Amino acid sequence: MSTLTVRDLELNRGTRPILRGVNLDVDSGEVCAFMGVSGAGKSTLLRAIAALESISAGEITIGDAVLSPGPLPPESRLRELRRQVGFVFQTPSLFEHLSAIENVMLGPIHALRWPAERAKDVARRLLDSLGVAHRADAYPRQLSGGEAQRVAIARALAPDPTLLLMDEPTSALDPARRGALGESLRALAADGRGLLVSTHDAEFARRFADRVVVLDQGRIVEEGPASVVLTSPSHAATRTLLQGESSSPPKP
Amino acid sequence: MLRHSLIALTVLLCAACTSEAPVQTRRVLRWGGDAEGGAPFVEADPADPSRVRGFDVEVAGMIAKGLGTQPQFVQVAWASIPQSAERGDFELGMSGIEDSPELRERASLTIPYYEFREVLAVRPADKDRYKHLSDLAHHRVATLGSTQAYRILLDGQTKNGLIPVSYDDDVHPYADLISGRVDAVLLDNIIAERSLRRSGGFVIQDEPVAIGHYVAVLAKKNSALRDSVNDVLRARMRDGSLEKTLRAWNVWNDAEAQYFAKAAAEVRDTTTAVAQADRSVMSYIPSLVRAAAITLVLSFLAMGLAVLIGGCLAAGRVYGGPIVRGLFAAYVEVVRGTPVLLQLFVLYYGLSSVIRLPAFLAAVLGLGLNYAAYESEIYRSALEAIPRSQLEAARTLGLSELQIFRLVRAPQALRLALAPMTNDFVALLKDSSLVSVITVVELTKQTAIYATNVGSWVVPGLLCAALYLVFSLPLTRVARGLEAKWSHV
Repeated sequence: MSTLTVRDLELNRGTRPILRGVNLDVDSGEVCAFMGVSGAGKSTLLRAIAALESISAGEITIGDAVLSPGPLPPESRLRELRRQVGFVFQTPSLFEHLSAIENVMLGPIHALRWPAERAKDVARRLLDSLGVAHRADAYPRQLSGGEAQRVAIARALAPDPTLLLMDEPTSALDPARRGALGESLRALAADGRGLLVSTHDAEFARRFADRVVVLDQGRIVEEGPASVVLTSPSHAATRTLLQGESSSPPKP
Repeated sequence: MLRHSLIALTVLLCAACTSEAPVQTRRVLRWGGDAEGGAPFVEADPADPSRVRGFDVEVAGMIAKGLGTQPQFVQVAWASIPQSAERGDFELGMSGIEDSPELRERASLTIPYYEFREVLAVRPADKDRYKHLSDLAHHRVATLGSTQAYRILLDGQTKNGLIPVSYDDDVHPYADLISGRVDAVLLDNIIAERSLRRSGGFVIQDEPVAIGHYVAVLAKKNSALRDSVNDVLRARMRDGSLEKTLRAWNVWNDAEAQYFAKAAAEVRDTTTAVAQADRSVMSYIPSLVRAAAITLVLSFLAMGLAVLIGGCLAAGRVYGGPIVRGLFAAYVEVVRGTPVLLQLFVLYYGLSSVIRLPAFLAAVLGLGLNYAAYESEIYRSALEAIPRSQLEAARTLGLSELQIFRLVRAPQALRLALAPMTNDFVALLKDSSLVSVITVVELTKQTAIYATNVGSWVVPGLLCAALYLVFSLPLTRVARGLEAKWSHV
């Protein structure tokens, strides 16, 4: 059953097309990695799905929430979508004035009107499952990059979304941390969530994604099981991505 | 090489100074006055504004001529004339300088060349109600600050319960009398009559409140020159030329004739009509503390207003549409681009035909509206400094725009704004001294009054500075502490 359906999505900035005719489904329990060089439109697609950017044509469906072309609807009409979709930005973007656990509790308390006790229990459990429970009272500036990212993931997961969007989650992590992150993503998918993860780390995608979608100049050019797409690529853009991987120096 | 030429140059310059200085003092008599005081004392000549005219100018001319010198005018603010003479900026200070025992103690004063009356001006309807100061209990009575009249009013404050209001010029007291901001004005008959001729709209009570004398002031050590000046003045009283000048300027009257007859005949030791209170340092402290309280209350109220309006301006400029943004930006630019002094004048005097604001309220409004422009810029840049990705992260959590502002953006912006806000408050505390132009006597004005009285800025200046520091230092400390607490490093 698909948690996200994108149909014939077009997105222009001014007269410049950023996304052209994108069709995409993400099923619950699935980790979908979408790859592409910088500027291929990966971030824009994620932002469009999270209703941070208005679309020019097509339709995005997440559960009961539907996004149509035209200006973004007011936040009051986005409640359903906000509850269903979690977003982890490329930089952790934690609220600097709140401790780690307060960052995680903010959404549930103020957007979902949970009692503070319940929000705290959930936040603690999430931080624990991501291995940062001991940093619950630290402020963002006191956290390492990896810790901050895990707090940001916990914050996005706190409202219990059915779809989790992650923008380049591996870019700031060393290989050991990438492995741990990958395991976490698998565990989240096993809980029945759909995950849509942008990355240009083919190794990461190969190990942890069920499916790979390749985006080039705003179009989906190749799509299929990770093992197939990344071992015998059929499109030049995919080959370029994989070449970049093999020609880059071995990672420490 | 360079050093040698410098020494040579210095020697040359010194030689030039020493050889020229005696020549100058022999041939020119520099006299200081304030052309802002206007006719008939000293005013810029309408025919040639680079020259001055008035009866003080003519009396100075007579004295110079009697001493065999050329008069040379030096412009100086009226309240500073005695101190400027003491510093040696000029030999003789004149411009309606009032004789008083304190001044006599610290400067050399000539015999009076004019006897004036302190007269009460009231609105025509009040002619029979307010004849004496004792009729003016709980009423506002205006005068020029640092004058004998002001001291009389301070005296009347304790004796009769009237409320003295001090101005920096002698035009606005009468304007405010006509408009009803004050109920009487006590000033020299010359000033009162001049204002009556110019604007009308009030009456002058016949019976004078006190008698005073205009004298010329010289540095304390210049008593020899003072004696020569006295000889010249007596001679001009006897030969009638002083009377002729005073008549020409329309300030001659019968009382003057009696005074001249007496003064020309004797070597007279003048006394003023006002009894002098104890002038020790301690006696000034209560009034300084009171003025300091006014400064503090004024600053806090003005800052509160500035924070409130500044916050609205900033929110409007960050969140508002193009029209709101444009209007608010225009307000900020106009207010920041013009002097706060001008804004205070416009608010208090300029708008008085539309709305008559009480002085203290006008001061709070003026400073508050002015500082709001600066505050709004601080808040705006602080709001804009919060990364967009944080605001978007808050949106993806389902927070409303208002919640994002309240829970994410404003608390962080406040931390960024704290240091510049503290700076602004300290600046406001000091800028609050400007409101003395609209008759609010705050700490600096009270200090100036005190300094004029004792003839020195040393003790009053130190006291005043200490009071300002007592206010600003703890504030800066608190702000530093909060910043440290919030830095989370």
